[in-house]
Amino acid sequence: MELLLFWVFAAICIGGALNLLAQKHPINSALSLVVVMASLAVEYLLLGAEFVAAVQVIIYAGAIMVLFIFVIMLLNAGEEPHGGKTSMVAKLVGIPALAILAVMLVWSLGTQAGGSVAVAGAEPGPPQVIARLLFNDFLLPFEVTSVLVLIAIMGAVVLAAPLKPHHAEQILEHLKSGGQN
Amino acid sequence: MSLGLYLLLGFVKSFIIINVYLVVFAYTVWAERKVLGHIQNRWGPTRVGPFGLLQPIADGVKLLFKEDMTPPFVYQPIFTIAPVLALVMSLMSVAVIPIAPVLHVLGFDVPMQVTDINIGLLFILGVTSIGVYGIALAGWSSNSKYAMLGGLRASAQMISYEASLGLSLVGVLIMSGSFSLNEIVHQQEGFFWGFIPNWNIFRGQFFGFFLYLIAAYAETNRVPFDLPEAESELGGGYHTEYSSMKWSMFFMAEYHNMITVACVATLLFLGGWAGPVFGPPLLQTLIPLGWFCLKVAFFLFVYIWIRGTMPRFRYDQLMAFGWKVLLPLSILNVVVTAFFVAWFS
Repeated sequence: MELLLFWVFAAICIGGALNLLAQKHPINSALSLVVVMASLAVEYLLLGAEFVAAVQVIIYAGAIMVLFIFVIMLLNAGEEPHGGKTSMVAKLVGIPALAILAVMLVWSLGTQAGGSVAVAGAEPGPPQVIARLLFNDFLLPFEVTSVLVLIAIMGAVVLAAPLKPHHAEQILEHLKSGGQN
Repeated sequence: MSLGLYLLLGFVKSFIIINVYLVVFAYTVWAERKVLGHIQNRWGPTRVGPFGLLQPIADGVKLLFKEDMTPPFVYQPIFTIAPVLALVMSLMSVAVIPIAPVLHVLGFDVPMQVTDINIGLLFILGVTSIGVYGIALAGWSSNSKYAMLGGLRASAQMISYEASLGLSLVGVLIMSGSFSLNEIVHQQEGFFWGFIPNWNIFRGQFFGFFLYLIAAYAETNRVPFDLPEAESELGGGYHTEYSSMKWSMFFMAEYHNMITVACVATLLFLGGWAGPVFGPPLLQTLIPLGWFCLKVAFFLFVYIWIRGTMPRFRYDQLMAFGWKVLLPLSILNVVVTAFFVAWFS
């Protein structure tokens, strides 16, 4: 039963990812990504990672993708034309990267299979286990990541900061003169 | 338990609970019209049935037979999906809410909830956060300025207040050490000092309770945070272009979310079904359910009461309040609670 559900949601996940690439309208692509995120959450759930599944839905599907949709709504982005000429960067970097990823996938499947893998339908562990991992064993990487996020936020604030006073004066001058100079 | 029995039991339970939810929804609307009427010194519905009790049925029939109009300028697929998404997500959260302790009948243990999962509370938060899509997409796909503004306001407001909503619950989670709603209620049974109920609201989460209530009112788009559908400036807000059953799906979703908020507040802060139990065995199984319903009804009444009393916020006030007042206070609540729990343990 769990194995069947696992394959069904794996298919939905990959279908959503392909649909994301195929759709022309940004909002359809964003919604396909939501489908991918949600079906990934179901996969985590089937593998016994309840807490990770819930966090996947709350953070990725519920918060980050809502912001994506929010931006698309604000910009009122229309349909994007597909096809035409492919960029040189995509050919030179994308294809080797894809090849490397494929080799890594085959290699890891070939060597790691049968090792410490989760089984579909595994019994969920208590959330305390994850808490202990995050706040005891991996405390330093966890905190460093949050500092990294903080730096990113500060960078965004600096980039979007209001104009300097002399800039504001220049704009005021411009407005006073009726937009002539 | 075999797979067939499991599916059958799940189906029966879901069927019953969804129907109960729909009836509660119908009579919350009736109560709202009646209470608002009395607050404004008029009668409210009186014509259909005694005390207007059949009014919800008349409204339902009216909405069913209205023309389901789709304006020509909308983006059809998403316009249709949006109300369904809002309604389904609002109904899903009820699956993990326990309404009474486990019932023992004929040697079977029947849990009084559709499913008991370890992370019940996180499930509710997750489903609520997906519910935002219904409103945001409705606003966008309607392709009209009022709906668009309503959708934008709703998504910005719900993202902003979701942070405070989650953080205001962390205090309770620290005290109980579990995400399971059953477990949290069990810890609130009994009394301390002989007469004060052992509810979280009396055990140091008084502050957290009000933070949760404020954030939840914003999350469900109710007065005084009902800017997404501010009728004086936006027509109908995100559902301006909707009619008939599609409109009523949004209506139902809003009221189901209100009921879910009332249930969560009851379970986390007011001790769920905990309360004095007496009488013969049959009565002893029914009284906890009665306590639970009474507490939920109280929260729904407070919702209506506030709607009859408070004016609407201005949009900048709403955002400033959410980020500059509510969020710091919720973080403070988490820190103080964590400190006390660590100190006394």
